[in-house]
Amino acid sequence: MLNTTARPDVNLRAAKELERKRLKSRLKRNASLYLLVAPVIIWFIVFSYIPMTGIVMAFKDYAPARGIFGSPFVGLKHFEMFFGSYYFGRLLRNTLTLSISYMVTSFPAAILFALLINEIGNLTFKKTVQTITYMPHFISMVVLCGMVREFIAPNGIVNDLIAAFGGERADLLSVPSAFPPIYVLSGLWQQMGWNSIIYLAALQGVDQELYESAYLDGAGKLRQTISITIPCIMPTIVIMFILGLGGIMNVGYEKIILLYNPTIYETADIISSFVYRKGLFDMQYSFSTAVGLFNSLTTCVLVITANTITRKLDSSMGLW
Amino acid sequence: MVGKSSLSRKIFVFFNTIFMLLMITVSLYPLWYVFCASFSNAAKYMAHRGLLLWPIEWTWAAYEHAFEHPLILPSYLNTIFVVVVGTCLSILFSTIAAYFLSRKNVPFKRPIALLMTFTMYFSGGLVPFYFTIKTLNMDNSLWVLIIPSMLTMYNILVMRGGFDGIPDSLEDAANIDGAGHITTLFRIMFPLVLPTIAVVTLYYGVTYWNAWFNASIFIDDRKKYPLQLVLRQILISGNTNDMTLAADAGSKLALQETIKHAVSVIATVPILCLYPFLQRYFVKGVMVGAVKG
Repeated sequence: MLNTTARPDVNLRAAKELERKRLKSRLKRNASLYLLVAPVIIWFIVFSYIPMTGIVMAFKDYAPARGIFGSPFVGLKHFEMFFGSYYFGRLLRNTLTLSISYMVTSFPAAILFALLINEIGNLTFKKTVQTITYMPHFISMVVLCGMVREFIAPNGIVNDLIAAFGGERADLLSVPSAFPPIYVLSGLWQQMGWNSIIYLAALQGVDQELYESAYLDGAGKLRQTISITIPCIMPTIVIMFILGLGGIMNVGYEKIILLYNPTIYETADIISSFVYRKGLFDMQYSFSTAVGLFNSLTTCVLVITANTITRKLDSSMGLW
Repeated sequence: MVGKSSLSRKIFVFFNTIFMLLMITVSLYPLWYVFCASFSNAAKYMAHRGLLLWPIEWTWAAYEHAFEHPLILPSYLNTIFVVVVGTCLSILFSTIAAYFLSRKNVPFKRPIALLMTFTMYFSGGLVPFYFTIKTLNMDNSLWVLIIPSMLTMYNILVMRGGFDGIPDSLEDAANIDGAGHITTLFRIMFPLVLPTIAVVTLYYGVTYWNAWFNASIFIDDRKKYPLQLVLRQILISGNTNDMTLAADAGSKLALQETIKHAVSVIATVPILCLYPFLQRYFVKGVMVGAVKG
């Protein structure tokens, strides 16, 4: 007791010593755990963080012969070039058009579909509907795009239907205005069932007693859906919405590069497919790295903004 | 669920059933069409217009020609290798990563967790990734289809959800009995998270099976092509020349069409046969709680 008041520094040192010993023993106890997880950490460093250092290319005039470090710094030249170019507006417009039109259709569609599946009384029928509507999700992008190409070809089934209703046959993949609907509809077909799973999972978690008391209070099915079901699955809806918003600039190139061709770049070329073409075919490494960085950064900012706004509205919601 | 069968309820159920039948048709018909077309007589199929409800003059011709393609069988084997080896490695290291993230009281856990999660929100982009792989000299080998895509943060978080569901008391008991981390993970925890592992296995397996992009930028040697890349040549670039050498020009053109459908079936059937068995675990795999870091 006397010691504590008279010699605080000694005590502090003892406490620190104890702390260090504890940490040491905890490290020792977990040695095998660190050994196990080491390959995982190395993997993340090699395949995620080393590529991040390559971002420096965006600020240089990279030439393979000189190496990344030997190439001269050019500051923001590539960014200025991109923002000033004719492509910038077109790429931004196409990226946003495709992702927003996909989001505003697929997002409510998945929720509605989950609500309707939830209302199916017969369990066998319910399971059959689920199994079959999940199926398209498992088809590879290459096969999906192959099917799309076959179906919308001038002699394909879609044109057969157009012709049957008195329309003109057309090679729909060379019609710029046809690309957004093709992109959105094929995406809906492939993902709608699958996207509903997350809401079905949330629906399973809704307390059944709530429905019972609502029923006793005289609430009908519709009333129950609006007043109980929707509020209960709201956290899931919000998280999916944030994820969706975050992904708005981050449209994948796989489907695009399997479907587009120069005649429809006007509506089909997006930022990521542009990076792919410029970077890997035209070998404009620095320029395409800069465009890619612009895309990653905007995505990052969008996720953070969406999450911050959500947390302001309700601190229990949001991704983190 | 409560709710008496009022008239409005009956009308709703009726229309809901109709709607679901419609959804089943819409989901299934394109696949059925491809299936029917692949077994149809090529010339008759080309002349056919509109919906296809049944194969026209059942024939295996398209499949026989498809397997004459010098790359179909080798690429199938390549894909099987990548799927089997890749999925095993993915599951092993994802389990380890998830187990690590679910531990409490481990020094340096937070910074390591942060290091992993950050990659979900930011990446170096395509071109730096391309150069990293080139520098590592990994291109032109089947391993480039496995190692760089071995871990997915989303799947790791799904698996962590599985570990979080195991009561702490079990782990404490193992600890008291003197079990180290390796025993605890592989002997005690692993069997308990099997349902989650089933889902994640499916996710990884399907991703490996369907992947083509990395192969398209890193593999030049046609003998090392995975199935999907050969499919891209046939379906997207329309290159079926390797298969129809024997046929004359007219039937060649027709045969090309049915061959496209046949290879689509060949590449899709294995997965469509597999996933319904794992379906009951799907809900586990997408729990939001698991994603919320």
